[in-house]
Formats: sequence, structure tokens, C-alpha cells
Amino acid sequence: MMDATVRADFPILRRAVGDRPLIYLDSAATSHKPEAVVEAEARFYREANANVRRGVYRLSAAATDLYEEARAKVAALIGAIPEEVIFTRGTTEALNLAAYAVGEARVGPEDEVLVTEMEHHANLIPWQEMARRRGARVRAVAVTPGGELDWDDFRQKLSPRTKAVAVAHVSNVLGTVNPIPEIAAAAHAVGAVVVVDAAQSVPHMPLRVGELGADLVAFSGHKMLGPTGIGALWGRAELLAELPPFLTGGEMIREVSLDRATWADPPAKFEAGTPPIAQAVGLGAAVDYLQGIGMDEVRRHGRELTSLALAGLLDRPYVTVYGPLDPAARGALVAFSVDGIHPHDVATLLDEEGIAIRAGHHCAQPLHRRLGVPATCRASFYVYNTGEEVAAFLAAVDRAWEALA
Amino acid sequence: MSPYEEVILDHWRHPRNKGRLVNPDMVGVEANPLCGDVVRLELKLRDGKVEDVRFDGQGCAISQAASSLLTEMIQGRPVADVAAVKDDDLLSALGGVIRTRLSCAVLPLRALRKALAQAPKEGGR
Repeated sequence: MMDATVRADFPILRRAVGDRPLIYLDSAATSHKPEAVVEAEARFYREANANVRRGVYRLSAAATDLYEEARAKVAALIGAIPEEVIFTRGTTEALNLAAYAVGEARVGPEDEVLVTEMEHHANLIPWQEMARRRGARVRAVAVTPGGELDWDDFRQKLSPRTKAVAVAHVSNVLGTVNPIPEIAAAAHAVGAVVVVDAAQSVPHMPLRVGELGADLVAFSGHKMLGPTGIGALWGRAELLAELPPFLTGGEMIREVSLDRATWADPPAKFEAGTPPIAQAVGLGAAVDYLQGIGMDEVRRHGRELTSLALAGLLDRPYVTVYGPLDPAARGALVAFSVDGIHPHDVATLLDEEGIAIRAGHHCAQPLHRRLGVPATCRASFYVYNTGEEVAAFLAAVDRAWEALA
Repeated sequence: MSPYEEVILDHWRHPRNKGRLVNPDMVGVEANPLCGDVVRLELKLRDGKVEDVRFDGQGCAISQAASSLLTEMIQGRPVADVAAVKDDDLLSALGGVIRTRLSCAVLPLRALRKALAQAPKEGGR
């Protein structure tokens, strides 16, 4: 049973909200950090702080080693080699990099990019902007009433004009786990690059990029127990060699003259400027922590809490649940609404009891338009949450209903 | 302070002046696209005063209760006084509103200011 020992590692869980203990059910937005991560980042500043890659002195070499060790840890977590892992500020920057570079290298007038109706704005707007610049078109695969991708619509919209398919691994609203290997196989058959927003999957389940079959995979450090300001884009080596840089400047060059420059090899080619070094070291510590629990156990625990929440919510006739009804087909989150009560009211009433859930459009306005609601509530779970917390959450939903219905 | 003081619960459960006017002199609609709240305020004027007022809308308890309460605050009042109603006047009448929900509470005031910014319709008394 991991609850008690794991919880003790997260200092913030000892704080109160008003006179109530904090029940934090918004890890899909950002996770909390164990002491080991806070300490690793602080220790870097106290003992090893220097800029990386360019110092001749030994302190810089030590900082560079720590930075590259963090890259190796992240690579190992997803079954990749370190040279294929680019550090970014987070998923959003990683997806902007992907859309820009794929656009420059592969997309021209009349070409198409396929996204889905369930994308987070971070995996939608970069493609819209790239398409606008390149004279291309963005098309969106429909979502079924059950909250899954409409496979027929995907097959129908996929064509030789499709240069990229951009899709979430796990929807941050519906929780749906999309069949990336099947999507990638179909996309590769027409020559499209496959870009996966893995912000809600890498933190919560075992993932091997080799099995996923995608070409570019983006995720954030802060949703997987790491610091803010650090994330990663994994890319297939041949593709990274082909793609142009996104940001340019220091650290990403081979040779510079006054009128032109040549690029360093990946991953440095995509890491212009001083990177988030301490944050990378903190992310390395977060990966160590997750590996210590084991990603299979992380997934099992998330599925257990999601099952409890899902069953409890489905049991209440005044609650509507969005997304797949089978917890095995979901990430560790549940979006829902309470009849006649605005999601912001539900979230405010739960906050009165110290329970933090999300309410709003969760950066997925097109999906909410498809669901026919302006906003939803979302509860999401992680390694430090417990079955007791889920029970307290369900009881608070009942009280919210009684208060305002 | 509870986010749902009795005054908010009362106006949410029993909204005052909800509906539409026939031939209103002024109309203001405000929405918050981020959460889907919508408030429409309609005013009928007579002798420089708000003779009649209605609100219509949908959204959270705070925005809808604030709209209902605002109609009571301005009914029968001189237009100049109505134009001078401040955010804080409405917020304190609501018994205080938590920081994270202020934009919900002031939505009807934004609709009111929009209505007042319009010239009264031709033939409006």
C-alpha cells in the first residue's frame, strides 16, 4: 500500500486550506513535488550552479554532467536514447517546436494537418498558426458521443495531403487513452509525421516510445512531480536530423559568421540559450522518485482511484460524466457536471471543504462545444491521493448539489 | 465569509425581475466566454428614472444572484444614481464575494453599463 509512505514525502500535503486539510484533486493541471525534488533543485543551486556546456572550469563540467544525467533519466523512463530527448520549458513549448519545425520541413500550400476535436489548445493553436503561415489547412477528427476518436472519420480525413497528425495520448478532459500505435501506423502509411501530446500519459503510465510508434512526443515536468519550467520533446533521430531549429541563439550552433550559421547536432540544435538547468536536475529527481514506485504501480493506483470516482459519480443521478465509462480506457482523471449547477459553483463549494478540483474549459474549448457545455468539473488523481480522499470528494459533491439545486 | 451567503442563495433560488420587457428603452448583454455566463439587462425609463427592469441569463449562482439583486438595487432609482453604482456597492450588497469569483459577481454591472452607454431608443419616454 503506497498511500501513507508516499504522502509523507510531499510537504505541501501537510498544509490546511482554511481549517480543513488540503485534498488536492488537480494533478492533471500540475502535480505536487516530493521533498526529494525540492531538495535536488535547491542542492544544485547550493553546490553545483554554473552554466552548462561552455565552461572550461570544473564547476561547469559538473553542472553539465548533472544536466546530461537528467536527460539520460528522462530518456530511460520512456525507453529512448538521450540524444533523442530535447529539454523544453514544457509541453506547450515542445508542441510549438514540433509544429514550427515540421511545418518548415514538410508542409506547403494545399497540405493538411490532422488534429482531433479533443486536443488541448496547446496541440491545436500551434498547428493553426503553422498552417496559416504555410498556406496549409487544419482538419479535425471528430469525437464520438462516448468520448472516443471517430475511427471512420480519421480514416476518411487521412490522405496523402496529410503531412502531420497531432493527437493527445490521453485527453485532459475525457480521459480517453487514444490508440497511438494504430493511429501512427495509418498516418505513416500516407507519409505523415505523428506528433503526440503525452502531457497526461507520461506521468501516469509506463510508456515506451518504441511501442508508441509516434515520431515526436511532448510532455511536461511539472505534471510528473518535477519543477515548472522544464519539459521534453522526444523525437526520432532521423527526423530530428531533418528538422530545422525552432529557437536560435547561443548553445545550438556549430559555426557562426556575420551572415549565417550552422547548427549543432540534436538535441543541442533545439536547445538555444541557457536551458532550465536546475529544473532539469529536479525533473531527474522526479523520474527517480517515480521509478522508485514503479510506473506499473503508478498506473495501478491511478486506475484504482479513477474507478472509485467514476463509480461514485455514475451512481449519482444528478451527475453527468464525460468520456469512456471503463476506467481501464482512461487516464487518472474524470470530468463531470452536476445538473443545474455551474461547474464554478461546484468547485467553489468543494474549495470551502478544502477540496481542490478544476472547473472551466480546461483549455479545450472546441471539445466543450462538441459536448454542448461551456465548462465542466474535473477531478484528477496521482500517487499521493487516497481512497478516503475520493470518498470525501464524492460526499462534498452531494453537499454541493443539496446547497444549490 | 461563506462564498454562498444567504442573500446569494435566496436570489439564486428565487430570482427577482427575471424575464423580458416589452419595448425596453435600453438593453445590455454581457457574457464571460470562459465560463459561459450570460446576463441580459433591460431597462424602461420614465422621467429620468428606471421605471422597470428585467434580467435574463444563465450561468453560475453568483452571476445570476448578483443580476437579480442588482435589479432590486436600481428599480425606481434616478438614472444618474444607477450610473454611479460601483462594483463595491454590489459586492457588499451580496455579503462579499471571494476573490476567485469577482468576475462572476460584476458581470451584471458590466451589462448595466453597456445598456446605459446606449442612447435611449427613438420614442423612448
